[in-house]
Amino acid sequence: MSGVLVVFEQTGGQWNRMSFEALAAGQQLAASLGMDCSAAVLGQGVAGLAEELAGKKLAKAYSVEHALLAAYTADGYVVGLEQLVKQTTPDYVVFPHTYQVRDFAPALATRFKQVLISDVIAMHDGKTFVRQLLQGKLNADYTQTGAGPCFLSIQAGTFRADAVEAGTAPVEAVTVQLEAAQIRNKPGERFRESAQTVDLSAAPVIVSVGRGIGEQDNIGIVQELADALGAELAASRPICDAGWLPMERQVGSSGQTVSPKLYLAVGISGAIQHLVGMKGSKSIIAINKDENAPIFEVADYGVVGDLFEIVPALTKAIVAAKE
Amino acid sequence: MKILVAIKQVPERDAQIHIAADGKWIEEDDLTYTINEPDAYALEEALQLKEKNGGEVVVLCAGPERVLTTLREALAKGADRAIHIEADDLGSRDTLGVAQLLADAVKVESPDLILTGLQSDDLGLGQTGVVLAELLGIPHATIIMHVEVTGAGMTVKRELEDGWFQHVEMPLPALLTIQSGGNKLRYATLMGIKKAKTKETKTVEAAAASEAQAVELTRVYLPEKQKKTEMLTGSPAEIAAKLVEKLKFDVRVL
Repeated sequence: MSGVLVVFEQTGGQWNRMSFEALAAGQQLAASLGMDCSAAVLGQGVAGLAEELAGKKLAKAYSVEHALLAAYTADGYVVGLEQLVKQTTPDYVVFPHTYQVRDFAPALATRFKQVLISDVIAMHDGKTFVRQLLQGKLNADYTQTGAGPCFLSIQAGTFRADAVEAGTAPVEAVTVQLEAAQIRNKPGERFRESAQTVDLSAAPVIVSVGRGIGEQDNIGIVQELADALGAELAASRPICDAGWLPMERQVGSSGQTVSPKLYLAVGISGAIQHLVGMKGSKSIIAINKDENAPIFEVADYGVVGDLFEIVPALTKAIVAAKE
Repeated sequence: MKILVAIKQVPERDAQIHIAADGKWIEEDDLTYTINEPDAYALEEALQLKEKNGGEVVVLCAGPERVLTTLREALAKGADRAIHIEADDLGSRDTLGVAQLLADAVKVESPDLILTGLQSDDLGLGQTGVVLAELLGIPHATIIMHVEVTGAGMTVKRELEDGWFQHVEMPLPALLTIQSGGNKLRYATLMGIKKAKTKETKTVEAAAASEAQAVELTRVYLPEKQKKTEMLTGSPAEIAAKLVEKLKFDVRVL
C-alpha cells in the first residue's frame, strides 16, 4: 500500500469546489506522513478534468471513465471506486464531505471492512482525525484500528482550497468493469423546486433565527430587529423544516452559504451544518441562552441570555440610534 | 408493505453535557433521552406510507433497557410492533458493528422497505443506514424528502446540495435515509398511548461483536474557540446599548 488518494467530485464536467479543500487536506496528510498524494476523477468525458488535476502537486492524476459513471449512482461509484482502490492500494482515501459522498462512501468503506471517518475538521500525525459530536458541543478524536485503507471525508471550510500545491503530474487512465445490472437505482434529472427569490449570499446584513425562538408567532420580534437593521431575515434548518419560514431563507449546508458584513444569530446553537453556511461572515453576533452553544466558538460578540428580553431591547436601541 | 424503521435514542438537545471520567464519552447518568429527530421523520414517513399503501410498520432500536421508552413512544404514534436489540456496549462497537446488529435483526423480518434518519444527533456519522443496506445487499438512497410507491418499486425525491433535488426510481426491497422537513411530525394521542401497551415488543439479545472495531473513538473534549469572543453582559438595556456601540463603531452597519 502506498500514499493518499483524493477522490474528486464532479457533476456534468463541473467540479464540486469542496474537492479542492479535500485535496489540500490530502496533500497535507501525505506531506506529514512522507507519502505520495494522488487524485482521481470519475465519470464520462472527464479527461479534461484529469488534465486540470495534472497541474497540481500529485504523484498521479487518475481518470476513471465509464459510460455507466456518466450519471452518479451509489452502486456505480461503489463498484468503480472499489476497483480503483484495489488497483492503486492507497493507505488513505480522502473525500470532500458532500451529500454525494455521504451517499456512497460508507458503503465503499464497508466493502473493505472499514468505517468512513466522516466530516473531519482537523487531523494530527496522520493517525488522529477530529470530528464533532452532539451538534458541535464536543470534539472527538478518532483513530483507525483496522488494517485496510483508511477512508476519510473532509468537512466544508476545514482546509483552504487555495492552499492546494501546484505541480506537474502524469495522467493515468484507469479501466473499471461495470455492468448495467449492477446499478439498481435510476436517477432522474436534477431540478430546483422554484426560482430562488431571496439571494441571501448578496445581503450585507443578515439576522438569523433558530430553534431558540420556540414558536412561529415569536418570529415577529426577530423580523422587527431585521427591519430596524435593514437586514435580510434568515433561519437555521429546523425553522424552515417546521414551515415557519420558507426554505429559501435557510442558511447552512443544505441551504445558502452567506458571507455578510454582519451575521446576527438569534437562538441558534450552531450545529456544524449551520456553521459551514455562515462562518465566512465578517462579523458575527450571537444571542443564545446556552453559554456552551457552539455558535459562541465563531462569534465575535456573544450575549448569553433570554432572547425574548434582549432582542426587543436591541431593536429599540437601534431604532433610537438611527433617529 | 412491511416497513421497518431503525431508530436511535439520543440525549435531549438541551441536555447539559459532561465529559465522562475516562474522557472517552459523556456522563450518561443524569441525561434525559429522546428519539433521534431525523429518525422521528423516518417513522413519520413510514406511518404515512402505511396509511396510503397498507401493511405494517415495525420499529427497531439497539441499546440498553432505557431505549424501551423510545420504542413505546413510536408504538404510541402508530407503529405496529417493536424490536429491541438489547446491547449495553454500543459505545464499543463502531458503525459496522452496530449496522451488523441491525442487519441480523432485519434479516429475520425481511421487510420490503427499511427507513432511518439521515444521521444521529449524538455521533452524527450519517452512515448506519448506508452500511446496513450494504450488509443486506439491497439498494439505498439517502437524504430523502418524499417516497412514492409504484407497484414493484418506488420513486423517491432526494435532496442534493444548494437547493437541488432529484427523483430516483428504485426497486424493492431497499433502504432510505430520511431528511427532516418532508413531513410534519405527529404527536402520540392518548388513545395511541393506551393502545401501545397492548402491542408486541420483542427483545433480542445482541450477539457479541464478531470482529474488532475498524475505527475507535479515543477521546472527547470541548472544542477550542476559533475566535476570541467578546461576551457582553448586563441588563437587556445595557447589553442593547453595548451592541449598538459595536454596530456603530466596529461592525459599522449603523
